[in-house]
Amino acid sequence: MPLNPDPAIFRAVVSTIVPEAAALDDQGWHDLHQVIEALLRDRPESLKRQLRLFLGAIQWLPVVRYGRPFTRLNPATRTRVLAHLQNDRIQKVRVGFWGLRTIVLAGYYGRPQAAQAIGYAASPRGWEALK
Amino acid sequence: MKRVGYDIVIVGSGAGGGTVAQELSPLCRQGVRIAVLEKGPRLRDHEFTGRELEMAGALYEDGGGFLTADGTMTIAFGCAYGGSTVVYTGTSMLPPERVIRRWDVPGLTHADLDCRARKFMAENNAHLLEDDLINENNKLFVEGCRKLNYGVQQFPVNIKGCRGSSLCNLGCPNQAKQGTDRVQLPRAERNGVEVVTRCQVLTVGDQTLAVRVAAKAAGAKGDPSPWEPGDYQVDAKIIVLCAGAVNTPALLLRSGMQRSLPRLGRGFTTHPAFIIVGEHARPITNFVGFPKSYYVDQFAESEHFVLETCMYFPFITAKSLAGFGAPHSSFMRAFPRLQMILVLACDEADEYNRVSVDNAGRPVVNYRFQHEATRGLIRGATTSAKILFAAGAVRVHMPIARDTAIESRDAARRLEIAEIEATAGFQPGKTPVSAAHPQGGCGMGSGPANSVTDSYGRVHGLPWLFVADASLFPNSLEINPYVTIMALADRVAQRIREEVPALL
Repeated sequence: MPLNPDPAIFRAVVSTIVPEAAALDDQGWHDLHQVIEALLRDRPESLKRQLRLFLGAIQWLPVVRYGRPFTRLNPATRTRVLAHLQNDRIQKVRVGFWGLRTIVLAGYYGRPQAAQAIGYAASPRGWEALK
Repeated sequence: MKRVGYDIVIVGSGAGGGTVAQELSPLCRQGVRIAVLEKGPRLRDHEFTGRELEMAGALYEDGGGFLTADGTMTIAFGCAYGGSTVVYTGTSMLPPERVIRRWDVPGLTHADLDCRARKFMAENNAHLLEDDLINENNKLFVEGCRKLNYGVQQFPVNIKGCRGSSLCNLGCPNQAKQGTDRVQLPRAERNGVEVVTRCQVLTVGDQTLAVRVAAKAAGAKGDPSPWEPGDYQVDAKIIVLCAGAVNTPALLLRSGMQRSLPRLGRGFTTHPAFIIVGEHARPITNFVGFPKSYYVDQFAESEHFVLETCMYFPFITAKSLAGFGAPHSSFMRAFPRLQMILVLACDEADEYNRVSVDNAGRPVVNYRFQHEATRGLIRGATTSAKILFAAGAVRVHMPIARDTAIESRDAARRLEIAEIEATAGFQPGKTPVSAAHPQGGCGMGSGPANSVTDSYGRVHGLPWLFVADASLFPNSLEINPYVTIMALADRVAQRIREEVPALL
């Protein structure tokens, strides 16, 4: 698990950012984790620590407002929680969410299966591949 | 530590380093020893697969994810044999006269730069792409601009044998793009210049460099370095720094030169940018064909933005769209129907935006969005949306709007609201902003009080040390920079050739 020892938190966040991720099978999640691991491999440990802390905050901050952690919220409320972070008045919070969102999007859309699913089919053969 | 010596060492192999290497390479026949030290790897042709994350990891600094100090902007620049010329789109623009005049560098004229730039345009086969090779993503941009009476122009592009893979920014898989990796560096090597890859320069001393050669990691792309991994001292009578506008100032800063060069790292600009995406009712040709053929620059002076066609890959597109969840996904699922426009803001050199180094000597870009650049992004976004709707888009993704999806039926009102909202509260860290044109940090000028080098790239007070890359720009170029970098590097090489008898 690249960012959090509890897969449920990570999966809940990923599925809120990319709803299609909820339909991934075990292999799909494995591939997504592999992409993220490769992406973070050479990044500073401090960055990975910040991302882990941010994930932890996402899990527990909703307790204050909704009385339960992120993983026990319904999808609409999860979306509201992440939207608050995205629009937060404090720039560091917005940047933290932006960083996490970027990693998640890389994990999901960095997989060839996701490119195929959205109809992206660029080929080194270019125009010839259309024929 | 091993010790090696050369007459001339060039640090970096992109538009600046590749040009200097080629232009100095005839000296090798006279026995002059020249080396290019490149931090990145040298890939074989078959390793350019076009796969997004794989190629970004192999060819870009930090895999394309180099962040500014406050984390609000990504700056993309190459790190490979050929530098950023491996990953640019190849749009070949002459230096604008108004910009060079405004730079006001003593001894630097537009006429001189223009003449040199044209030489490299010809050498790199820069030309207008034939009509039948232009895809609908580009044609629709022209159509939208013409309906709105915008002055749309075609980019000359430096390609030869383009198959229309659209993968330019991941390194052309067909070797069609005429970057320094295809033109200048091979020519320099044929003349006797040595190129040492995976070789990072740590510090510059008095006619000497401390460098570290990295081993090739298991499973990594590219050839191993021609030198054994380890630390080296490289002595050189002349040193030319061409590591780019982030790494050249950082190298000089961690070498302790800021005391004698107070302007070091200052004057950094980068054309902050984002993409505006329009969705059409039918599939268009977008991920096939050359991605960047047209631009509009009529607003550069008055409103501080330039528009260019573009087409990115799934992850970069996802990252560039604002928001998340279902609204974000709905645009991603429409990929074959998407038209994209890149908005580039024309930022200005100021006292805050600069390159520095952290305690470990790593480059840090301190960047704050200026009012005019922010305004340029916002105005560029609404102008792009109008072009997309004029071209027939049914809805547009507006990264600056609170509700990012704008339908064509209420476009005018929603665009007006989006502009007002964004002007009142543009939020760095929420709107995805990226940049790929880092410039400045070692600006040219008349003396150390206002610059780092003279107009021939010679560092003030150090006759053996030159800079020849985009860090020389004293202010934003306002266009795609590689041809201007080559023209400036050509001037630097000329000065070095003239002074070789005295310096060697």
